[in-house]
Amino acid sequence: MDWSVIAEYYPRLLDGAWTTLQLVVLSGVIGVILAVPMALARLSPNRWINIFPYTYIFFFRGTPLLIQVFLIYYGLSQFEVIRESILWPFLREPYWCAIITLALHTTAYIAEILRGAIQAIPKGEVEACRVMGMSKFTMYRRILLPRAFGIMLPAYGNEVILMLKGSALASTITLLDLTGMARTIIARTYTPEEIYIAAGVMYLVISWLFMIFFKMLDRVFNRHRLA
Amino acid sequence: MVFDGLFDGFTAQLLAGTVMTVKVTLAATAMGIVLGLLGASARLSKVAPVRWLGDGYVGIIRGIPELLIVFLIYFGSTRLLMFIASQFGYHEYIELSPFVAGVIALGLTFGGYATEVFRGAFLAIPPSQKEAAEALGMGKLRIFYRIQLPQVWRVALPGLGNLILVLMKDTALISVIGLEELTRKTSMAVTATREPFTWYLTAAFMYLALTVIATVLLNYFEKHSRRHEVPVQSSFKKLAEG
Repeated sequence: MDWSVIAEYYPRLLDGAWTTLQLVVLSGVIGVILAVPMALARLSPNRWINIFPYTYIFFFRGTPLLIQVFLIYYGLSQFEVIRESILWPFLREPYWCAIITLALHTTAYIAEILRGAIQAIPKGEVEACRVMGMSKFTMYRRILLPRAFGIMLPAYGNEVILMLKGSALASTITLLDLTGMARTIIARTYTPEEIYIAAGVMYLVISWLFMIFFKMLDRVFNRHRLA
Repeated sequence: MVFDGLFDGFTAQLLAGTVMTVKVTLAATAMGIVLGLLGASARLSKVAPVRWLGDGYVGIIRGIPELLIVFLIYFGSTRLLMFIASQFGYHEYIELSPFVAGVIALGLTFGGYATEVFRGAFLAIPPSQKEAAEALGMGKLRIFYRIQLPQVWRVALPGLGNLILVLMKDTALISVIGLEELTRKTSMAVTATREPFTWYLTAAFMYLALTVIATVLLNYFEKHSRRHEVPVQSSFKKLAEG
């Protein structure tokens, strides 16, 4: 093994790691924003309202992420309406397609996590809100959603790590994230073991950083539960 | 329409790909279960270095993308295999087939997550059972496969079921190294027809169908494994009803 290639190419791997980080953070933020209405609609007792989130979650959790990536990156170009729309400059770019796909994918998972968290809130708290005369909107904004975020935080941390691993699929649509960059370097140097191991170590470091970050968040949000 | 004629041929191709997807899933599950049992035993071991080995395995698998593991096994194994073979005087070129490389990569991933599932299941068995078996003079190995293993299955089944569903979707990654499973066959259909949306959506529905079938099977096994938990009264009721 020739470890000097790592010393030579690690700045480029860092560039890739930066792209990976952007993918995970951007899609994670969009995912949380979309997941809130999704989870609330999923909880609705009205059949006509909860059928949409139900179908959406079933589709995105039941099909491979790779198929979803291809469906959006290659699939959308099949329609002339989309090719001629003003969104096409975005939808043509692998970067935006990757972010859109990862965001749509993670939304399905976060919505399920959020739904579980809302259902885990003790009934007494809802009743207390009603006794105080809160409207439904105020109750969700001031009590239920903040509580649910505290409950779902550990599960959300796991989901972000899974998205970090999923973001490697962006390399299949020519994006130069950490995995894509590793492939490009290997095509030039023919040293798969060294470069893939170096990329793997970088992924491990990023996932540890995320774990530490979420542990800190947990300490801030759930300090009332810690002794 | 031209479309109809094409549809028949490609549908057959997609079905062939689906069969390959199922094969890879089953093979990787088998390998992953063995690795998971080994990993759980290592993590529960009294010997510290063995425990560290188990912890390290789980830590690495959890933090590295499956796609990277697939690439590492497929492209990285050649040099290692040729080095080992050359020690035995064999100097020809050796390469893992995409199938073998894919099964190893996904089996390793499955094993890492299964380690955690099995560890929890082993811990769920009351330690008094082990003590009772020891008091009867059973050896360690016999306690493992006569007392612990049959109960571990039952506790681990829901967790393993989830892992199998995740694995089935991850098999799509092996298409990247050229195995002709469902995703790869779909990409071939796309190249020929230039209708990416149609074909990838078809593939998505085939994966959904596989997921549904697997879920139904797993639910059946779960119910079957818990049949002893049915309260006595309700089973009487069933008998009475007939």
